[in-house]
Amino acid sequence: MIPQTPEFKANARAALADPQLQRALSGLPTGLVAQRTSAKARLPEFEALRDVGRDVRNHALAHLDLYLETYEHNATAAGAVVHWAETGAEARDIISRICTEAGARIVTKGKSMISEEIGLNADLERQGFEVVETDLGEYLIQIRGETPSHIIAPAIHLTQDQVEADFRALHTHLPADRTLVEPAELVAEARGVLRQKFLSADVGITGANFLIAETGSSIIVTNEGNGDLTQSLARIHIVIASIDKVIPTLEDVTTLLRLLARSATGQEFTTYTTFSTGPRRPEDPDGPEEYHVVLLDNGRSELLGSEFSEVLRCIRCGACMNHCPVYNAVGGHAYGWVYPGPIGSVMTPALIGVKAGGHLPNASTFCGRCESVCPMKIPLPKLMRHWREAEFEQGLTPPRYRRGIALWAWFAKRPRLYHLAARFGIAALSAAGRGKGRFSWLPFASAWTRDRDLPAPQGRTFQQLWAETQRGVPR
Amino acid sequence: MSPIDKPADRDGAREAILGKVRKSLGIDGQSGARDAVVERRIERPVRHLTPARVLKPKADLEALFAATLAAQFSTVLPVAEFSDVPGAVATYLRQTNLSGRLGIGSDPLLEALAWNGEPGITLVPGRAAADTEVGVSRAIAGAAETGTLFLASGPENPVTLTFMPATHIVVITSDDIVGPYEDAFNVVRKLYGPGLMPRTLNLVSGPSRTADIGGKIVIGAHGPQRLAVVIVKSTAPAAT
Ligand code: SF4
Repeated sequence: MIPQTPEFKANARAALADPQLQRALSGLPTGLVAQRTSAKARLPEFEALRDVGRDVRNHALAHLDLYLETYEHNATAAGAVVHWAETGAEARDIISRICTEAGARIVTKGKSMISEEIGLNADLERQGFEVVETDLGEYLIQIRGETPSHIIAPAIHLTQDQVEADFRALHTHLPADRTLVEPAELVAEARGVLRQKFLSADVGITGANFLIAETGSSIIVTNEGNGDLTQSLARIHIVIASIDKVIPTLEDVTTLLRLLARSATGQEFTTYTTFSTGPRRPEDPDGPEEYHVVLLDNGRSELLGSEFSEVLRCIRCGACMNHCPVYNAVGGHAYGWVYPGPIGSVMTPALIGVKAGGHLPNASTFCGRCESVCPMKIPLPKLMRHWREAEFEQGLTPPRYRRGIALWAWFAKRPRLYHLAARFGIAALSAAGRGKGRFSWLPFASAWTRDRDLPAPQGRTFQQLWAETQRGVPR
Repeated sequence: MSPIDKPADRDGAREAILGKVRKSLGIDGQSGARDAVVERRIERPVRHLTPARVLKPKADLEALFAATLAAQFSTVLPVAEFSDVPGAVATYLRQTNLSGRLGIGSDPLLEALAWNGEPGITLVPGRAAADTEVGVSRAIAGAAETGTLFLASGPENPVTLTFMPATHIVVITSDDIVGPYEDAFNVVRKLYGPGLMPRTLNLVSGPSRTADIGGKIVIGAHGPQRLAVVIVKSTAPAAT
């Protein structure tokens, strides 16, 4: 996928003006956000588990080389073929070679974010394979030629009406006068269409939520059961997983699973959690004959030693974007690449470079909600700040911002002048904003106020208020 | 063991990745101490925090298991004896107007039951086919923590029966109901050996579902639309 990240501002403006998208996004606070809150309330240990989860991930990452070797050893002993890919291109080559050698025609896919990261579908399609996404949300965006706008709810930007229109346009083998009013009717139609694909697929590709070193297993977590049909009905099952997914033991992964569903959808547990170990056994009546695992690095090994290493703890639950005011306002596509929201703002510059993705960390109000909900306690705002610094240091910040920051720095180094200027500015804004409480337009700042309101200040600067509090002046 | 030759990946990708990982971690050369830490962790897995909701007497766990499953859109069918299973299944299928052709594996406990005593029931042994409407499996364990069934694939329990039919019926004895997932994993370890697993271990907590159409929850996505769980109370299965 060609990054559209530099277009964030234009994308965001378009997103704000898109009534369909705004309607689709309006369900987030009462949906995923509220469900997470109640799931958390039902489990008093939730906060304590976050600490344990963070420690499990830190331990696994600190011994990543050894756990990868242990995982490889145990997976191979169970009959898996383990492949290593340093880059997305290498992973694509490995996968397309397996498909070619198998004489495959139809390739079904369970949801996998790293397959999006490496542009796997486009590559396989170029080589003539029919690639079918089977997660309902992924299917919806595949037939529209779109990319996911959320890491766990890829079609969250679509309304039911849009889905109905797409199905009518695409599924022309079905009677034109059929009713498609209820969501259940749309789901049933997709089930029927995709069931045929499952049954005729030669290769099934899934991602992995985790890999277990102890048993050499890969794990997928789904609600629809599509990942299981993908991996059980095709002759060949290929798993693609990034190297950071290895967890030592079943006990370790259990803690992470307790956090994942609750943080993601607010379920107690996802409907299907499947551990796969090797291909089908000689006596098994079903399951794939071949089982391949492609371990992808694509920059993770270098992130591990950097100031961004904590981001590798991510378990891709999506809570940070569900709770992000910017994501809630503009949706996922505005971010322009695979990973949206706060996690995207940290991952994207790491994966595609500061030049292409380095300004995404600016798309944040630094309100801190993402960090407060992240089950892995990743300090997302801090990491975004690191990227802002990197962007500034590399001279990639636009000149207008650089001049503004330089001006501020000049004042900030001269405290008397700073206070004077701040007092004057605040008093002026306060007088102008009296009675309204907020500005929807300001001279010299119309680009900023076009999409947001600036709260009017209350008349005195922070330093004045601080000094008064210190002296005990009642406010 | 694998039937296929491993295609030649780019030479040295493995070494390059592991090398970069070690460099990032600031490790050069072998360190016996790190190896020992990892070995111990794998050989003697540590249990972390167990939710208090499962620190309860067995009878309460059984009640929690059934209640949680029911809350997750599943039908719970309690029976007193193993020999009551065919009757309960037949009644359920009749009441819900479903086919009596049951896809079923070679699980010895299920196979030994007197299914032919139930009019309308026929068994179709082996894996699920495209037209299998009802699948019957036996769970090796159930975790009360979230009403989660543990199903191990194999000839006794073909994995396709869990996902292809529109209706899935799972039989579990109350003996096999435990509290936390960790206890269920220990059942797996006991059956397969430490560090070993069936081809697939499926943790199932309800019928399939999706919220991908306009964010509304629909029960019945690609997997089963209905999940019925027969819980056998008796500790002594009639059929062994
Ligand atoms: S950063 Fe945290 S909250 Fe965001 S997806 Fe990853 S684990 Fe979830």
